[in-house]
Amino acid sequence: MSFSVDLRHRFPGFALDVAFDVPSPGVTVLFGPSGAGKSTVIAAVAGLLAATDCRIAVGDAVLANTGAGIWLPPERRRVGLVFQDARLFPHMSVTGNLMFGFRRTAARRIGFDEVVDLLGIRPLLARRPHTLSGGERQRVAIGRALLAQPRLLLMDEPLASLDAALKAEILPYLARLKATLDLPVLYVTHSLDEMLQLADSVVLLEAGAVRAAGPVTEIAARADLPLAAREDAAAVLSCTVAAHEPARQLTRLAWGPATLWVAQADLPIGSAVRLRIPAREVILARTDVGAFAGALSLHNVLPGTVKGIAGHPARRAALVEVAVGGASLLSRVTPDAVARLGLAPGAPVAALIKSMSIEILDGAPLRAR
Amino acid sequence: MALRAVGYGLPLAVLMAWVLARCRFPGRSVLNALVHLPLVLPPVVTGWLLLILFGVRGPVGALLYDWFGVRLVFTTAGAALACGVMVFPVMVRSVRLSLEAADPGLEQAARTLGAGRIDRFFNVTLPLASPGVLVGAIVAYATALGEFGAVITFAANIPGQTQTLPLAIYAALQAPGGESRAAELSLVAFALALVGLLAGEWASRRLNAWFGR
Repeated sequence: MSFSVDLRHRFPGFALDVAFDVPSPGVTVLFGPSGAGKSTVIAAVAGLLAATDCRIAVGDAVLANTGAGIWLPPERRRVGLVFQDARLFPHMSVTGNLMFGFRRTAARRIGFDEVVDLLGIRPLLARRPHTLSGGERQRVAIGRALLAQPRLLLMDEPLASLDAALKAEILPYLARLKATLDLPVLYVTHSLDEMLQLADSVVLLEAGAVRAAGPVTEIAARADLPLAAREDAAAVLSCTVAAHEPARQLTRLAWGPATLWVAQADLPIGSAVRLRIPAREVILARTDVGAFAGALSLHNVLPGTVKGIAGHPARRAALVEVAVGGASLLSRVTPDAVARLGLAPGAPVAALIKSMSIEILDGAPLRAR
Repeated sequence: MALRAVGYGLPLAVLMAWVLARCRFPGRSVLNALVHLPLVLPPVVTGWLLLILFGVRGPVGALLYDWFGVRLVFTTAGAALACGVMVFPVMVRSVRLSLEAADPGLEQAARTLGAGRIDRFFNVTLPLASPGVLVGAIVAYATALGEFGAVITFAANIPGQTQTLPLAIYAALQAPGGESRAAELSLVAFALALVGLLAGEWASRRLNAWFGR
């Protein structure tokens, strides 16, 4: 089952024209700057906005097809929507809110207790919405949407109105949700951090059009996309835990055919992990550096080839995408380094990564497409 | 009588307020003006219009009398009707204000959770607007008790049947030596008005606190 959107809509002074597929289950992040049209897409998929011309289908259920005169109203779409501002009903308790959608549907795929435990909201059940913290409110809102037994979950910047501490509090719940639920999720955000932590695939929106779409591992590392030019640009890697070496306090990860060493992590062998490697932390070298590897403090020397190079004049930097095995890394170096090493697409190169620069993103392994 | 005026009038007022607050259609401002007319029109004129419409020979009154044997003129029911019409704008206004203050985002949320139009109205919109509905009802009740012009024109001044407080006060003043009786009744009117206003205020504050507003 997958979820597809093909949507055109005109506002005064703004035209939206997007088409993309969302694999299911999995989290697809709709990423883009404010005004790119992210919320319009969400509103149209939920049915709250009547788009001029659109086709939206989840599996074999067609939610809208303006060409064929189909337009299901929101109340009949079974599309869960988590708003940025939670929108809990103030005249009901937390339980009342959770049960609102549950009582209005016959489907019973997702159970009340399951959701309550997954989101850790059991202690809140008798409380009233205005007594909850922002993070608690958002968790209840997610539970409420899930209990309406949606075939698709939309999340419209669910963490945008929360401060960093609360975000950090909710992210693990989202990661757990993602691992447990068999449901396509479309997640809107303009936070690169959230995208790298949660996305399986990414749809990059820019000025009402799709700039790029694909697996997060691919999109995050592409040198030619605006993501790579950000200060916090990073590649996301999908690895499995291969072995622990307690004597050296290291953990060995298998990344396709390559091996990565990181500081020892408390993860079971065989478990899938998601890594973030910031572009500014990746050193590039000529491939013969391998001979000196024993003399370096770092553990990870990965031979690969240059896949693409993009200049970033404002930062006096160059962004280099390096293909290692079938996957990609992103490195930010000086233009001088590019010239000195003679880097060009296709050139062999080694990527050097300190173990300490590799961040294991907790609990949200990537799903294979 | 005032209870009947409010009891029958309130659901209609809620409906009217919803129509005025949420629906956009040609003639909306005309409808709005019509609803508010009794507030501005001399009450005697309203009463007289009711007499024309609902009199035993009036277009509506004749139907009611012939089909159901209901006679409104000079009866308690008629007084309730007159009061209801007079306080209708008070209720509509109060309900409409609170409907407009209710967050439409919550209705959107209800829609995505599978609630249809009527479901949404009774389970989300109306509870959210309940402070306004309550205040409207209480103030309307207090106002209905004090209705004078429309009632005396349409339903006359029959003690125990169509006599409202001010009518009783007026009657007392007309009778020789009725000043003390009038003063007593005035005091009652004063107390009722004050209690009505305070109760409305208190109830809406309690409800809003309950919603965390």
